[in-house]
Amino acid sequence: MIDAAVGQGDRAMDDALQGRSSVLAQPRDLPVGPIGRSGLGLWGVGTLIATEAALFAYLLFAYYYTGAAAPQGWLLEPHPTLRLALPNTIILLVSSGFAWYGETGVLRQRRYRALVGFGLTFVLGTLFAVIQGFEWQQRPFSLGDSSYASLYYITTGLHIAHVLIGLLVLAAIFLWTALDYFSPRRRLSVSAGVIYWHFVDIIWLFIFTTYYITPYLGFGR
Amino acid sequence: MRAADFRSPAIGPHSLEHEARLARLWETSPGLKGFLGTVDHKQIGIRYIVTAFIFLALGGIEALLMRLQLAGPNLSLLTPEQYNELFSTHGMTMIFLYAAPILSGFSNYLWPLLLGSRDMAFPRLNALSYWIYLASGIFLYVGFLTGNGPNDGWFNYVPYAARDYNPGLNEDFYSLGMVFLGISTTVGAANFIVTALRARAPGLSLNRLPILVWGTLTASAANLVVVPAVSLAFFMLWLDRQFGTHFFDPAGGGQPLLWQHLFWIFGHPWVYAIVLPAMGMVSQGLPVFCRRPLVGYGSVALSTVATMVLGFGVWVHHMFATGLPGLGLSFFSGASIAIVFPSAVAVFAWLATIWLGRPVITTAFLYFSSMILMFVIGGVSGFMTASVPVDWQLTDTYFVVAHIHYVLIGINVFPVLGAVYYWFPKMTGRMMDERLGRWNFWLTLIGFNLAFLPMHLTGLLGMPRRIYTYPEGMGWDSLNMITTIGSFVLAAGVLLFIFNVLKSLRSGAVADTNPWDAPTLEWSVPSPPPPYNFAVIPTVASRYPLWEGRLGGTGAVSSLDRGMLLESGKETIATSSMDAMPEMIVEMPHDTSAPFVLTIGTALLFIGLLVKTWTLAALGLILLAAAILAWLWPRRELREREARS
Amino acid sequence: MSAAPLSYLSAAGQRAATILPLTWFTLIVSIVVCLIIAALLWIGIRRARVGGGAAETRSVPVEAGADGGRWISIGLLISAVPLLATLIWTMVAIAATSGPPAHPAVTLDVTGHQWWWEIRYDASQPDQSFETANEIHIPVGLPVLIRLHGADVIHSFWVPALTGKTDTIPGQTNFSWIEARHPGRYRGQCSEFCGFQHAHMGLEVVAQPQADFDRWRAAQLLPARAPQTAAEQRGLAVVEYRCGLCHEVRGTQAGALAAPDLTHLMSRRTLAAGLLPNTPGNLVGWIENAQDIKPGSLMPNQALSGEQLSDVQAYLESLQ
Repeated sequence: MIDAAVGQGDRAMDDALQGRSSVLAQPRDLPVGPIGRSGLGLWGVGTLIATEAALFAYLLFAYYYTGAAAPQGWLLEPHPTLRLALPNTIILLVSSGFAWYGETGVLRQRRYRALVGFGLTFVLGTLFAVIQGFEWQQRPFSLGDSSYASLYYITTGLHIAHVLIGLLVLAAIFLWTALDYFSPRRRLSVSAGVIYWHFVDIIWLFIFTTYYITPYLGFGR
Repeated sequence: MRAADFRSPAIGPHSLEHEARLARLWETSPGLKGFLGTVDHKQIGIRYIVTAFIFLALGGIEALLMRLQLAGPNLSLLTPEQYNELFSTHGMTMIFLYAAPILSGFSNYLWPLLLGSRDMAFPRLNALSYWIYLASGIFLYVGFLTGNGPNDGWFNYVPYAARDYNPGLNEDFYSLGMVFLGISTTVGAANFIVTALRARAPGLSLNRLPILVWGTLTASAANLVVVPAVSLAFFMLWLDRQFGTHFFDPAGGGQPLLWQHLFWIFGHPWVYAIVLPAMGMVSQGLPVFCRRPLVGYGSVALSTVATMVLGFGVWVHHMFATGLPGLGLSFFSGASIAIVFPSAVAVFAWLATIWLGRPVITTAFLYFSSMILMFVIGGVSGFMTASVPVDWQLTDTYFVVAHIHYVLIGINVFPVLGAVYYWFPKMTGRMMDERLGRWNFWLTLIGFNLAFLPMHLTGLLGMPRRIYTYPEGMGWDSLNMITTIGSFVLAAGVLLFIFNVLKSLRSGAVADTNPWDAPTLEWSVPSPPPPYNFAVIPTVASRYPLWEGRLGGTGAVSSLDRGMLLESGKETIATSSMDAMPEMIVEMPHDTSAPFVLTIGTALLFIGLLVKTWTLAALGLILLAAAILAWLWPRRELREREARS
Repeated sequence: MSAAPLSYLSAAGQRAATILPLTWFTLIVSIVVCLIIAALLWIGIRRARVGGGAAETRSVPVEAGADGGRWISIGLLISAVPLLATLIWTMVAIAATSGPPAHPAVTLDVTGHQWWWEIRYDASQPDQSFETANEIHIPVGLPVLIRLHGADVIHSFWVPALTGKTDTIPGQTNFSWIEARHPGRYRGQCSEFCGFQHAHMGLEVVAQPQADFDRWRAAQLLPARAPQTAAEQRGLAVVEYRCGLCHEVRGTQAGALAAPDLTHLMSRRTLAAGLLPNTPGNLVGWIENAQDIKPGSLMPNQALSGEQLSDVQAYLESLQ
């Protein structure tokens, strides 16, 4: 039943594509199911990230559009305090580092290291969410005060929603790692989850810059 | 070394035992379990098509009621409130619940067959996108049927949609329903993109992609990045209405125009998303009846993509009257005029295909070819609105209503009806009745043009859109009567179409594998196709595998009867994005109720939000999370397989 | 007025007249394009020798045929000519029409309400400024600047014979301008969907010679005429305590600004934003049954006794 020997597949296929000979060829050994990072699932995560990135882009567009058209005094905090926000940003960035560290644990088949990595990511992520809660409490305005307030809360709120989803994903990855579901080869879920977490962090940098830095640069003042 | 993780797939010919084995692996289980759990793209595609046609019929009935109200001046068949809900629901239905889903249905059904694959890249996501579409459609219609339909037009401008001016549940149903529906569109788009880029037959490189796929692929890429804009806008509107935020409320520093920007950033690309795949249908079907390949395949594919790229830059042409600065107007006006070029490419390609081919007149051909003229009429009226000063007069009159109907009926419904005539034999194994088809075609063509061609003049004579009645002496009386008569003729045509479908389903002539002698892969499998589509994975050597040897050329021959057998599980092949080299054996999921349960959870969540019952919303959220977790649970056996090797 | 009062295929004002040739040009180009394509399509299809169904389709052999790329390139080249012309003309027309006049003869503040138009004549001295509704008077041949405001939802100001549409948007001020070439009455209409009575939100622009306009303006500046008869006196009392909750009659206790100014009600040609001719019968009908005539409008049905009604009518009809 086998037409051509293993290994000749590539050349035969090339020839076929150039229209020189029979087009049917015996492919080389192909991975069965996802191997490493290559699997359709990761493309799926790519599309998810594309659409989520667009969502946050529109949120920031809403902020800049409304701010640019607004009269003076639109910023309810012309000099937003960085006392909590800056350390919190660093916490989130560090958590991304631990997520990466955990992934290398899976890659090197060191389960303990992976668990430490994912565990610490989870703890820091939770800490970020809690501190964000304090940050909200300390704002001198609430959701319904003005368009600025509404935009601030919806943007940070939707981000926290994504952090919470990320935490669920991390918890699942932690559990699955503990159950020894993964190997360096079979780890698509780990890579997908970690990429998603990095994405949540990067989005935060844009939000942080927009809401905490640009007022100092003069936007909306 | 051959590990269990790696395998060189066996190659062989068709055989009855092989097909029986595949059938056992791929068949959806019978009964309710199979009904709720199927992931077969063909079943899902047909569900999409049938559901979308039901919505088309509902939207049509709404339109007829409005046409009765407008048949003459000062009629009072409908109250202003009823009229406003009718025209808004009509727009919502046709644009969101018919026009896009019908194309998703065709693409769902056809793509794996066109691409030589056994299913979409993510079959479960496919099931999810259908269930969510159905659930959100029901959600929106529950609103309408309880007197809470949208009442501010399909583009729903604030502040009229805000709670101060619109206190009922109407806009809450619409806002939440649109966010709900957005999930379906987004996951569907993601699935199409990955399918087109990764799940093709070996050798089906990008430059051999069936032209229909280009249309849907481009539309999906756009949807992926523009749907969040409208979902966000509707979510913000709901917050404004229910939680006192001020995104769009000028009293709180909000911007009513922000709504329009977010809506049209989505809305304009969306218009292309509901025509490009339909144009793809014409590009796919028309050449078959001209007995030659499409003229200018490369240009048409490229222009499809170019239309969408430019389409991102023209949203402001819906806002020319909002008082924007002149420079901005000039830019968007220029971009909107420039977009005519890529659209014109397709027109000339189709015309050349007819002229340089040997046309055979069938019902499908009549629909596809008449669409060219409808497309041009809808195109030139769009071109007129692109000129800012002209648009200041045209906008929000019946001229624009005529325009959008030439776009949506001419460029969507006509190709879709043609596509049904063309692909019906593949989907059902029976031919449609051609004699009834002719009647059906002429009724729809005459009815449609009788209704909407004079409507341009109604617009030029100044009739504003969205008025529930009009006085005598405005010069619109007879034109409106003609439009009403035309709309009923069109409706008769659609009724005849439905009759033909039902009749042909029962007693149509039996179709063989390739009744039209068409060139693409879906015509190489039986009609209707078996659950696994292809008994052996085809290897493709040209753009028109079933016309090889008849077009001259290199003599390379696709291999359709021998190929990868992939029978050790529910498997298909993943290939590289550009050249379609085999890269991976994909193990496809079996029937699962996870998408259905996820949809139930999401529906509960949205119902909870609508009635502000947070426990219900939380319950929905938990169900949703549980379904996702079950869905994504890693397959332990992968790890064990590796351990064994 | 012509047979189609809202038609924009005839222009009577500077701004509309600048646009009209461009509208005709694009319209004719469009029609010609459609005719050419229709002819090409018709002749192309007429070449078909075979018709029928699947068997007939299969009976015609497939051929590669000519390349046909030329159709596309030549087609695009030809299309480029009208497109380019339109683009240039459009830019010229934008420049010619978009700027509000630097020295308007009259400046108006027009505010869109559900479902009527508030019109304020602006002046440098506050006592020269006054308010009216749904009927704009302008001097012929002079540019008039219109500042557009939104009171509730978005409306759109449109007088086809004089100017294209500009939205009235709450929270921002937009500008439009008109300049009538000939005396006459020009109909306008709200053209952005704004709720129940979007259909009945008309207005009229009356272009008159300068002298007539000045006379009209002087009359409008006056406060309401004092009641002359007992009936009018009684009518005024009702108007003050009922109508005065929403309407203003300058010089009386009726001083609310939520509805059209009634000070010179009888000088206007229509009632209810262009819906009814302003006749005594219609006026009474409107007061009694506003909700039947214009369902959903903010004018409630007034449950007045027959006596009260005739008093109110007597008073309102004195408001020349």
